[in-house]
Amino acid sequence: MGDHPVALSGVGFSFGEGALRRPVLRDLHLTVEPGEVVLLTGPSGSGKTTLLTLVGALRAMQQGSCVVLGQELLGAAESARVALRRRIGFIFQNHNLLGFLTARQNVAMALELHPDFGEEAARLSLAGEILGRVGLADFADVVPAKLSGGQRQRVAVARALVAGPGLILADEPTAALDRQSGRDVVDLMRGLAKDRGMPVLLVTHDPRILDVADRVVAMEDGRIVG
Amino acid sequence: MTALLPLRLAWRQLRAERARLFSAIAGVMFACVLVFMQLGFRSALFDSATALPQAMQGELFLIHPLTTALFRPETFPRVRAYQTLALPEVQVAVPIYMAQAIWRNPVNGSHRAIQLIGFDNEAGAVSFPGLDELIPALKRPDTIAFDWKSRPEFGPVGALLAERGPFQVEIGHRMVEIVGTVALGASFGADGNAVMTETNFRRLISTRQSNNIDLVALRLRPGADPLTVQKQLTALLPGDVTVVTHDQLVAWERNYWETATPIGFIFAFGSLMGLIVGMVIVYQILFADIASHLAEYATLKAMGFSAGYLRLVVMGAAAILAGLGFVPGILASTGLYRVVAKATLLPLRMQVDRGLLVLGLIFGMCSIAGLLAMRKLKDADPADMF
Repeated sequence: MGDHPVALSGVGFSFGEGALRRPVLRDLHLTVEPGEVVLLTGPSGSGKTTLLTLVGALRAMQQGSCVVLGQELLGAAESARVALRRRIGFIFQNHNLLGFLTARQNVAMALELHPDFGEEAARLSLAGEILGRVGLADFADVVPAKLSGGQRQRVAVARALVAGPGLILADEPTAALDRQSGRDVVDLMRGLAKDRGMPVLLVTHDPRILDVADRVVAMEDGRIVG
Repeated sequence: MTALLPLRLAWRQLRAERARLFSAIAGVMFACVLVFMQLGFRSALFDSATALPQAMQGELFLIHPLTTALFRPETFPRVRAYQTLALPEVQVAVPIYMAQAIWRNPVNGSHRAIQLIGFDNEAGAVSFPGLDELIPALKRPDTIAFDWKSRPEFGPVGALLAERGPFQVEIGHRMVEIVGTVALGASFGADGNAVMTETNFRRLISTRQSNNIDLVALRLRPGADPLTVQKQLTALLPGDVTVVTHDQLVAWERNYWETATPIGFIFAFGSLMGLIVGMVIVYQILFADIASHLAEYATLKAMGFSAGYLRLVVMGAAAILAGLGFVPGILASTGLYRVVAKATLLPLRMQVDRGLLVLGLIFGMCSIAGLLAMRKLKDADPADMF
């Protein structure tokens, strides 16, 4: 168990208090192998997004055990959660790039959190390199407003991967994209993750991309059903 | 991670929204100019109100304890001046008469109250710039020296003097001759001043008994300690006079304007209003910047940027706005001081310590706005991003 980048056992989570208390996760068990691409599917309200926020240390745990990259998250302090988040690459449904920074500057910001990537010049050059890997070498110094939706999401992928995270978490990364752009983005994610041996936990209910997964996990009513 | 990175992010964010940035700078600049003007007027008031005691040369002064301000003095017996000569340390004692009388404008005949100051011009205890050259002329009956820094309502005296030499004006229904000008300055208590000898003062204010005086200036022998002499004189003289040093006389006058009138408070209040308006403007701008970037800020938090980093971004933006607003603010204020000083003849000018004070106030104002706007950062919750 200790070697798994993600290991959940007996995880429960509820929203609300008292009579309004509404459980969204019940006694959930899940492990992700190193380098494995796991796809979480399920209807709306099945709890897959909540699961992702718990694994991403974006929410405080309530019950059970959740070990991510060796860090137990039950009862973890805010500072420990912030530190863990620096080792995770996040890709959201919307790209959420800073509109006043160029693509390269947006990607370089992810490196600011890691002193071992050196000074500003080193950060910008590394950011330029990874933008080349996602096919945006010619767009490195363009602001997001001048990029297409698919290009923006590729910048977001580059930002999530540039610092060499131990885990990639992605939530509906293709929801706002057309078929081809969506395909390009997930193929890119899978390729980069496989190259570097990074596990990916991807939430989607886009049937077009199910084939990128090593394993598909279906959720319903806060439980894993298959 | 240095503090410069959040500052740089703040600057890039501000720079991206030009219109918002300029309205914020204009708001800070407005507050800056408002505070500078209020503080400038306040300081000019105190400077001009104390111009008369400032110009006096004595080491010690006698004043009636009930005198509130020099434009409204209480009289005391002239003999007190001579009693001080009982001490060998006192070299000269100069009685000073002060009163206000009606001046008739030599051009259009309008009336205006003018402050008359009568004393022995040759004793050297009171001196205004330009007075020494006029001493022989002022010895003639019914002559005065006019303060050219008086308000313009008294008429173009300087120009008339240059054009036709000494000429007659009417003060308190008596014709007197202006033989020249001195520099003293209009104040809130007196719109203008005229300086003359004791004798000519009594000719103008015939109701005044010559043994009732308003102020005494004392010159001490070289080497005498004013504080020691002050103690000896206080013991020697009856309670109808108070012995004060030059600084205490200036402070006495200043204290009247500070405490007995609401003027000091009004200017402090005006400054505060300017700061509040500026703070609200800066707060609005910072708040709008955060509100329109909530998703991006939440993403930064998800990536592992701490809440402290984002707070530094907001405070950095506040500091940048303070700096960018202050520079044009102090330049505009310096220009405005010149314009207003010319129009009002009040001694308004930019001073380093006031500049530093306003710089501090503006940074404080922007910091408070930043602290208030920061609360909005709580809405940037990375858990809502998925």
